[in-house]
Amino acid sequence: MTPLLQVRDLTKRYGARLGCGDVSFDLYPGEVMGIVGESGSGKSTLLNCLAGHQPPDEGQVIFDTRAEGPVDTLTMSEPERRMLGRTDWAFVHQNARDGLRMGVSAGANVGERLMAVGARHYGDIREQAVDWLSRVEIAEDRVDDRPRAFSGGMQQRLQIARNLVTGPRLVFMDEPTGGLDVSVQARLLDLLRGLVREMGLSAIIVTHDLAVVRLLADRLMVMKSGAVVETGLTDQVLDDPQHGYTQLLVSSVLQV
Amino acid sequence: MEAMIRVSDVSKSFVLHNQGGAVIPVMAGAALSVERGECVALVGDSGAGKSTLMRMLYGNYLANGGRIVVGDVEVSGAEPREILAMRREVLGYVSQFLRVVPRVPTLEVVAEPVWAAGGSRAEGEARARDLLARLNVPERLWSLSPTTFSGGEQQRVNIARGFAHEFPAMLLDEPTASLDATNRAVVLGLIEEAKARGAAIVGIFHDAEARAQVCDREIDVSGFTPERAA
Repeated sequence: MTPLLQVRDLTKRYGARLGCGDVSFDLYPGEVMGIVGESGSGKSTLLNCLAGHQPPDEGQVIFDTRAEGPVDTLTMSEPERRMLGRTDWAFVHQNARDGLRMGVSAGANVGERLMAVGARHYGDIREQAVDWLSRVEIAEDRVDDRPRAFSGGMQQRLQIARNLVTGPRLVFMDEPTGGLDVSVQARLLDLLRGLVREMGLSAIIVTHDLAVVRLLADRLMVMKSGAVVETGLTDQVLDDPQHGYTQLLVSSVLQV
Repeated sequence: MEAMIRVSDVSKSFVLHNQGGAVIPVMAGAALSVERGECVALVGDSGAGKSTLMRMLYGNYLANGGRIVVGDVEVSGAEPREILAMRREVLGYVSQFLRVVPRVPTLEVVAEPVWAAGGSRAEGEARARDLLARLNVPERLWSLSPTTFSGGEQQRVNIARGFAHEFPAMLLDEPTASLDATNRAVVLGLIEEAKARGAAIVGIFHDAEARAQVCDREIDVSGFTPERAA
């Protein structure tokens, strides 16, 4: 099986300081990988370099494209990369406002991504938008409301619908449950878990919340000071951590 | 034909990096092999390493040395996706407690392993109904999440889930704990059926009668306890 994403020696420096260093991994179709670590460990830098939001200094990010097979996305032309970002890739931001257009309706937020890949029939677009809003548990009578009128949890669910409507194969998520109430988080996690399984998505999820990765991720990468210190199966890394930093991270979680 | 589960010369230590790098050896020279259709009980005092060995078989703990093979998967040294495929198709695990996923109805909790192994929607549901009924979980509870069930009900849901897919190898951690006599008999029946269809089983049973009824052999894990440095 060809990996969906092959990352080789990815390095990003901010001047003399290391953002992330020599990161390499393969992600296979249907796999969900969590990246955990404290603030400043380089996990968001890594995610942004992978998703093409930030240029790394060295390395390769090879994606198995539908048309041409494995291609290094870092050497792609800008239009090609933007097309990838609208079709096979999706990016769920921690702050829904960064991933939504706040001035247009919920339905238009979802429909817009469909139009970007060529959908033109208004009826079909609206129908798909309503279908997706219901899948993320937003009632049909809210389809014409603007995201501004939504709660934080609803905005986040709308962002997810907007991202998944085009049937991407790889989803990047940056702290998807950050800043939400615990009860809202549980609902969102459950929803994400269902969608990931149903659609057979591959995903890379950055979070500092170990409960989130235990529920969503098949495997984990633990980062500290820009370097990957431990990788493995999620429950193995959490239940039998090998690196001192991971042991500290796991033992620091408050029990309820 | 080779044994379904093969363990040879397995060792395990915990290194506590944040407590002065203390090294705690917990197992050395562990060896066992389980044939198809055979049930082997792990025995030994509390703390002897029964659960540790079981967790290593499941890939939840890393072995530091030796070899663990389940079916044709070399657990020691496998990639995460190989372990996950093994857990979906080859090796089932009935833990002591149900790890509840919020909001998912009981029927789906039980049917999920069938779906994960490639079974159809209908097959999974039929199997879940059958097992929940056999384990006397009232039908009015099937559409509810087991989150709010009593301990005994959760344990029966857990067992139903564990036996839903017909795994060729199984790990059972105290499957009869906290069950009444009727349900205990149902579980022992499920274990015997699994053996009859050729499943290789490793179990921990504190219930000595249950152990005597379903297990073919006992392995005392105290024999794998490393020499303590004086």
